[in-house]
Amino acid sequence: MYGKGLRPLSIAAAATLGTALGLVFFYAPLDADQGFIQKIFYIHVPLAIVTLFGFIAGGVMGIKYLRSGDRSWDMRSYVAIHLSIVLAVAVLITGAIWAKASWGHWWVWDEPTLVSFLIIFLLYCCYQPLRFSIEDPDRQARYAAVFAIIAGAFVPLNFVAVRLAQSFSHPRVLSTTGGNMPGSMRLTFYVSVLGMALLYTTLWKLELTSKNASIQLKRLRLRLELEQEEGQARAGAPAPPVSTVPASPRNA
Amino acid sequence: MIGTAWTILRKDLQIELRTKESVPAMALFSVTVFVLFHFGLQRNELEGDLAAGVLWVTLILATVLAVNRLFVTEREQGGIDGLLLAPIDRTAVFVAKAGALFLYLVLLELVAVPAFGILLLGPDLFKPLPTLILLLVLADVGLAAVGALVSALAVETRARDLIVPLLLLPLLVPVAIAGAEATEPLFSGNQAAHELGKWVALLGLYDMVFLLVSIAVFDFLLED
Repeated sequence: MYGKGLRPLSIAAAATLGTALGLVFFYAPLDADQGFIQKIFYIHVPLAIVTLFGFIAGGVMGIKYLRSGDRSWDMRSYVAIHLSIVLAVAVLITGAIWAKASWGHWWVWDEPTLVSFLIIFLLYCCYQPLRFSIEDPDRQARYAAVFAIIAGAFVPLNFVAVRLAQSFSHPRVLSTTGGNMPGSMRLTFYVSVLGMALLYTTLWKLELTSKNASIQLKRLRLRLELEQEEGQARAGAPAPPVSTVPASPRNA
Repeated sequence: MIGTAWTILRKDLQIELRTKESVPAMALFSVTVFVLFHFGLQRNELEGDLAAGVLWVTLILATVLAVNRLFVTEREQGGIDGLLLAPIDRTAVFVAKAGALFLYLVLLELVAVPAFGILLLGPDLFKPLPTLILLLVLADVGLAAVGALVSALAVETRARDLIVPLLLLPLLVPVAIAGAEATEPLFSGNQAAHELGKWVALLGLYDMVFLLVSIAVFDFLLED
């Protein structure tokens, strides 16, 4: 049921990303200041935006889980945050490359977005250690949801704090709001954001589908085992001790 | 609810008075960290941004110690079952725990700030003291709210001692930013460029957001 719509979604993601890359290399003009390296902007910034929205979506799904008690929301929240953590590594790496190329340093402390992003990344790195050091599956889901909500609320707050701490002495070549971008650059940027968002959704759905499939497989295997044991017992063979592990989605 | 919270808070304070577990450890820790900073930075006297940074980082690190212990007595001695069986509002537990942490922090600062003034601070401590107290109290509210929440979150995990600092420190970065930025002019005598209002507003916003979030989600942490 999770796999429904996965194929058109992935085709759309691939097409949009392909178009975006085409626009990046053949349509968008070279930046007068930074030259070719500025093109990484079309990868880095959309990736960062999508990652942050993924974190916040994880928080919203956490709220949904706590309100409904429906395990599938916990799974969605987990996959969203997990995926965002992976993408955040890519954001930090592309950001460092861009900083090195245009400012000469791998890391620039007076770029507020970069610094906020690092803090948020460090916080979310605790999500999995926290989650998997709780044994009780019910409590694990609940605590993970609480973490997702706290951290989701922290994301905008942290951005405000870090931005206030900057003296704005650094020239901001391209503001992410697109205030000073020419039209062709802006179009390319928007297509890139759309492509990245589609890619994120596709990966999220794929991961959910695979998680769900492995849970179902596990459940079926368990049932098969039980039935075989019952069959053996009925045939008079000495029955091995029956496993009492309940088939729950938590065992995945 | 206030009555219940007050009862739990009194119990916590009584335990603290008898065992003397958290506050003395925090105070001792902060003084030790000042000594470490003296050698680490190779300075006899600090001022300006360096002084502000050392003070706030030390206070935030000392907070970790108290947050580690905040729910431990309940968990180890099984007192949490009693709390959960009692027909009380769960928010009262949060208010009591955050209140206890707030008081511990105030007590810590009563020791740590004068110690900092004597050991490391170059400029006079008394002149900027009223502003510093305002900043510390505002920061303590935020530290107490986030600390109580993280403590409740981490107490159920296997690796509690690891989870608390890893979770708490990134969440406290805005407090460190606001505190250090607002304190820096106080310790450098450079009052001209002081933007105190901005940082007080940021601390206030932080306190409000985390108090509201904590009260909203705390019920789910104690639900069994």
